[in-house]
Amino acid sequence: QDNRISLWSADDLGNVGLNGECHGEPHLLCDIQHNGDVMDMQFLDQERIVVASSTGTVTIFRHHQNNQTLSANHRWERAHYHVDQDTSCGGAACTGVVCNNPEIVTVGEDGRINLFRADQKDAVRTIDNADSSTLHAVTFLRTTEILTVNSIGQLKIWDLRQQRNEPSQIFSLAGDRVPLHCVDRHPNQQHIVATGGQDGMLSIWDIRQGTMPVSLLNAHEAEMWEVHFHPSNPDHLFTCSEDGSLWHWDASTNRSEKPSFLHQGGRSTTYLSHNTINQSVVSAWLSNDPTKDRMEITNLIPNQTLSVNSLDVLGPCLVYGTDAEAIYVNRQLFA
Amino acid sequence: PTQVVPGADPSARQLCFAWGPAEVLVCETRFGRAGGSRSRSPSRSQSRSPSRSQSRSRALTGSVTDTGEGAPGSSRVFLVRRDQDIYIQTLRKLFNESHGIFMGLQRSEDELAGKSRKAQLVQVSKNYRSVIRACMEDMHQAAVSTRDPALQGQYSTQVSILSAMELIWNLCEILFVEAAAAGPLLLRLLDWVRLHVCDVDSMVREVLSSENPSKHKLFWNVVDVFVLQGRMDEARHLLSKEVTANPTSMNMYKILDDLMKKMPMPSLGNTQTLTELELKWQHWHEECQRFLQDGTFASNPHMESICKILVGDEDAILEKKELMTTWYHFLVTRLLYSHPTVKPMELRFYAQSSMDLFLGGESSPEPLDMILMAAFEFEMHQVIKECSIVLSNWWFVAHLTDLLDHCKLLQSHNLYFGSNMREFLLLEYASGLFSHHSLWQLGVDYFDHCPEFGRVYLELHIERIPLNTEQKALKVLRICEQRQMHEQVRSVCKIMAMKALRNNRLGSALSWSIRAKDAAFATLISDRFLKDYCERGCFSDLDLIDNLGPSMLLSDRLTFLGKYREFHRLYGEKRFPEAARLLLTLMTAHIAPCSFWMTLLTDALPLLEQKEIIFSAEQTYELMRCLEDLTAGNADKQKFQEDDVETTKVEMLRLALARNLARVIVKEGTVEGS
Repeated sequence: QDNRISLWSADDLGNVGLNGECHGEPHLLCDIQHNGDVMDMQFLDQERIVVASSTGTVTIFRHHQNNQTLSANHRWERAHYHVDQDTSCGGAACTGVVCNNPEIVTVGEDGRINLFRADQKDAVRTIDNADSSTLHAVTFLRTTEILTVNSIGQLKIWDLRQQRNEPSQIFSLAGDRVPLHCVDRHPNQQHIVATGGQDGMLSIWDIRQGTMPVSLLNAHEAEMWEVHFHPSNPDHLFTCSEDGSLWHWDASTNRSEKPSFLHQGGRSTTYLSHNTINQSVVSAWLSNDPTKDRMEITNLIPNQTLSVNSLDVLGPCLVYGTDAEAIYVNRQLFA
Repeated sequence: PTQVVPGADPSARQLCFAWGPAEVLVCETRFGRAGGSRSRSPSRSQSRSPSRSQSRSRALTGSVTDTGEGAPGSSRVFLVRRDQDIYIQTLRKLFNESHGIFMGLQRSEDELAGKSRKAQLVQVSKNYRSVIRACMEDMHQAAVSTRDPALQGQYSTQVSILSAMELIWNLCEILFVEAAAAGPLLLRLLDWVRLHVCDVDSMVREVLSSENPSKHKLFWNVVDVFVLQGRMDEARHLLSKEVTANPTSMNMYKILDDLMKKMPMPSLGNTQTLTELELKWQHWHEECQRFLQDGTFASNPHMESICKILVGDEDAILEKKELMTTWYHFLVTRLLYSHPTVKPMELRFYAQSSMDLFLGGESSPEPLDMILMAAFEFEMHQVIKECSIVLSNWWFVAHLTDLLDHCKLLQSHNLYFGSNMREFLLLEYASGLFSHHSLWQLGVDYFDHCPEFGRVYLELHIERIPLNTEQKALKVLRICEQRQMHEQVRSVCKIMAMKALRNNRLGSALSWSIRAKDAAFATLISDRFLKDYCERGCFSDLDLIDNLGPSMLLSDRLTFLGKYREFHRLYGEKRFPEAARLLLTLMTAHIAPCSFWMTLLTDALPLLEQKEIIFSAEQTYELMRCLEDLTAGNADKQKFQEDDVETTKVEMLRLALARNLARVIVKEGTVEGS
């Protein structure tokens, strides 16, 4: 198997075509061999990337910008492992990694949570058997709290300051315990969390109240692999799935701002009052009936064939990768 | 493709085989020769010795990994892997992109008819070709940038193979997909030649970029090239340079230029009918001949030879063999200057004679030549057959045949094992893909579009994909579920659940058995939990058992586990009456397995001993009955069991039950003071 970590440059130079597509193709800057499948990765800072491997190893790669090379900076072997030596040399896949420089949290198929610091050789903290099933994804809730999702459909909050190896809170869906595959937290409102399930369902949770999700949105026809709030435009949510589609969920309520003469007294004033109170604008995600609030959902992929495994979004750029071994870059997301 | 395993000689040693999912193990034995016992080759580090001769005439497809030294008497094990091509990094783009095009073609259906359908199919063909060209580019880049000479050789060979594939495909597109009619046919063939005979390109560039082209020694060669390829405008342009340098030939030049300008060519639009063209051409041809016979160009041999070419003089054209480099170039030039309105069906005669004349008995035709010849003869099946033999991978023939099938050109030529040619080739190609650790996903779609055997092949192949991570297993499962392959779903879930169980990930194991709705496995897992409880006295993985939800109903044992845990919880919360009721239900409703009844009754003890009365009379009678059922059953077995603990327990239970009964009768009999 020849797996590689590659760094690409998606230039801004590129002519803009008729549909606003950019024609400059991304080109490869540098790459490096990687042992095992890349299950997850994230930038730690401007130069370092943390990569989770299917062999259970977590590696930090450093990008040297002067000569455009990648090198392995630090490696935690056996960050995740099964006790039984029979199965693949005891290594269990590390399924998720999240960084908050200098802290790195990883979770894996062995149900273990590791807390690493970028400069320290050993793990700062390890919670063995944190979960009896596979942990699929992890994200930071606050600087000292993390959220994990597992394959029996539970969303758990862990407080890393506390020494006990128990989650501080457990949320789960009613009904079937459908495995949850991805989780993301609203960038500004820390109580709003989105998760994606094996049945393609998108769930929005308010972790201040209750143990059940606020809304369940029937989205994809197969596993939802990743869900991301847009970091600067959190009214926009992106999900990608095994069924080959990538959906853009637009819950922004201030689209039709122009007051029409017919609705002088009615709608426009309601809008004004909405906009003055900062909170209400964001509550679009928490409203009980998203359809009432005109959430716009678009599939960004015209001819879908194979699964979209991963996506990321920053500013006006969206990048996603498919099982057809292709990477797509969209540089004009909100055009 | 045939496979020759170099070094394995059946006459020297008896060989034995073992089939794997993607490879074949060939092992030398001493069995049957002097000696008798089969020698086993110890596993040593494998050295990869790629042995593929890549010339077009012989195709060798296995990569042989040699284990062990060749010391006399020792045996070797060969690892023969089919379809080595899929592991070439630069070809992956080819497989992925063509998969996309293939899917687009299958989905396009026959919505359109006639011309628009044909245009659609031609576009598909062009897409395939552009993918091949893109791959060629990448391969070429790789060849140029690598420093390893062996690798470079490999890449260069791949480039020439791809170029040959594109050549053949292009011709098939012209003759079969587009089915160009007389007139446009020649134009297409001219384009084809111009695109693919590029050995002369560097020479052309050299002359054109020199300061004084007409003084260049290769000047006339380039002019000839242009004329041979029917590039009249470019030829005239160059000639004009010559005449400005050499004004004496002005007269001759003017005539020649005029002839070249007036040459009638077929057009793509419907501006002229075939008969019109023929008449014009005939007229022009006679004019050229007249000038030639008059000796107009006698003083300038170059111009004379050009005029001879214009007239279609075969010998004159043949003289320029080096500039044409291939017999099919010769064929097209010949047609251009002797029969531009050639009909598709007439091509075969010209093709055969062209090849004979060109090769002239000096060299024999190569496989590529035979394939092109078969195409000119409109023998599609022959083309496919020859390509299958020569090429080392099914990619080309599978996609081409599929396209031709969509053009409704292949009669359903039933092969003796039931499927037609298109399906056979697609099955072979897709099977090859399945041996790759990640390209197998493409293979799934190909199997989907093989109506007869696709499903069966898919069922067999998909079970053999190694499931190293859960994510991969999930993808496999999704594929199986979408196609209602329930057997395979169960099988994959069982494998993953067993793995999880062995790694003590009980939650994962449960989640897999829920996915497969596998009640038996859920029972197994519950038994594991209960066993753990009995051994340790407490539950492991409470987060799982406490949150089972509706999945509890998957199996009785699982339900019992959930309810039993609930009992413990109620007890812990001191909700004794409810706990008592639950405990009793567990036994009377037969949710609890018989083996567990003793434990349950023992759990009832503290409840019986509480200060306040928890069990009612009814309930106490029930409990007593359960105890009797239990002991009655065990009476025979435990005759000579001096198990004191057991008998003590039973005694204690009987005592507690009796006492409780006494108290409760009194309590229930007492009239409540109002």
